[in-house]
Amino acid sequence: MRIEQHPILEFKRGKKVKFTFDGQEYEGYEGETIAAALHAAGIRIMRESPVLHRPRGLFCAIGNCSSCLMTVNGEPNVRICVEKLRPGMVVESQKGKGVIYAPGN
Amino acid sequence: MRQEISFVEIAVIGGGPAGLCAALEAANAGARVTLLDRQDRLGGQLIKQTHRFFGSQSHRASERGINIAAELTGQVMSHPHIEALTGATVFGFYEDGVLGVEREGKIFFIKPARIIVATGAAEKTLAFPNNDLPGIYGAGAVQTLVNVYGVLPGKRVLMVGAGNIGVIVTYQLLQAGMEVAAIVEAAPKIGAYWVHAAKVRRAGVPIYTSHTIGRAYGTRQVEGAVIWQIDEQGQPVPGTEKDLVVDTICLSVGLSPLVELLAQAGCRLVYVPQLGGHVPLRDASLQTTVPGVYVAGDAAGVEEASAAMMEGALAGLHAAYSLGYNQTGYEARRAELQQQLDSLRSGPVGEKIRSGLSRAMIG
Repeated sequence: MRIEQHPILEFKRGKKVKFTFDGQEYEGYEGETIAAALHAAGIRIMRESPVLHRPRGLFCAIGNCSSCLMTVNGEPNVRICVEKLRPGMVVESQKGKGVIYAPGN
Repeated sequence: MRQEISFVEIAVIGGGPAGLCAALEAANAGARVTLLDRQDRLGGQLIKQTHRFFGSQSHRASERGINIAAELTGQVMSHPHIEALTGATVFGFYEDGVLGVEREGKIFFIKPARIIVATGAAEKTLAFPNNDLPGIYGAGAVQTLVNVYGVLPGKRVLMVGAGNIGVIVTYQLLQAGMEVAAIVEAAPKIGAYWVHAAKVRRAGVPIYTSHTIGRAYGTRQVEGAVIWQIDEQGQPVPGTEKDLVVDTICLSVGLSPLVELLAQAGCRLVYVPQLGGHVPLRDASLQTTVPGVYVAGDAAGVEEASAAMMEGALAGLHAAYSLGYNQTGYEARRAELQQQLDSLRSGPVGEKIRSGLSRAMIG
């Protein structure tokens, strides 16, 4: 949920942009992180743990803990807590460890 | 493949309060500084700190972190002796003192004559059933979401930890419009400054001391938490369980210094619980056991931002001096900064830090 009124802060949001999450279209603001845009849309589950398949979300928000890794524009293991949203991004929940160099690609 | 290595005088790794002040101090002394930060924006954790700082004027008391960040960043960006590189991750410290840096998908190498490591700290977690459920965050992470991006992580939150960060973030979440179910604190006393704790109590938030989180529950994300009282051995007291319906849990259980680069550099580390974990041994000039490698801020031991700024300045001053800069003004400035840092750490509030530092200081 987005904060509209705040006693101290004024949020200068960038341009409105569209992106998709698991095939569905959402709106966010340019300049914010993918994590912020997803949270604003109420999405907090980012991936599935590789072994026990447990849902995982954001934890540290500084690019340190690896809890929020997702697949962005086909690239796995993107730290979406620090990766900025750009127009048309294709964001997907990540299952497993992700394949960077698939044989034959 | 042939790799170019560029030579720089002083590299400062990390652009938070310590790194910004280190860069400014060294550059003001006349040295050329390259400041590297992995985020897109300088300021470190100051950029989300909306509360006013404590201490005296020289410690920037009553200023808000966000304003200090803006001011220091402005000075750094406009300083002719500082090259500030954001989005630049230092991923390696090689044996010959070369740093490997990744920026925008490209890799380059620099060899600094002096290195100041001001990499900060990362939030600790806590062991309890379901502590990996989405909806459980470090308190600082929520502070980033709320204060930097203006997005709430949920509607109702349980805060774990009543130290300064836990209590201050609780107040900021109330300001931002979240409901706070409670704060639990394992210690028998609230750790935060009284004025912050009083604010959240006045707002009606219960603070349960000698309490902890027993477990979180929820199928795919947090739907609630069970808290209970603990005895002196940390064991749950039967019959004290409380079930809180919350969709968010914030953990404010301390920070660990980020010392990976210092470890790679071969700096001797020592485990000091009072400083948050493994920290490098250092002398009064903040030089580690590897000559030419300095440390400042939370990477040297978890403390407040005001202390990080003083330490950064001291490290910057010493690094520049060791390269031959500011030979005349050095002693007066050193004494001034050291005195400010000592006064910040004086009294009962600084007791923990002082006892921790006594185990990390050498020479």
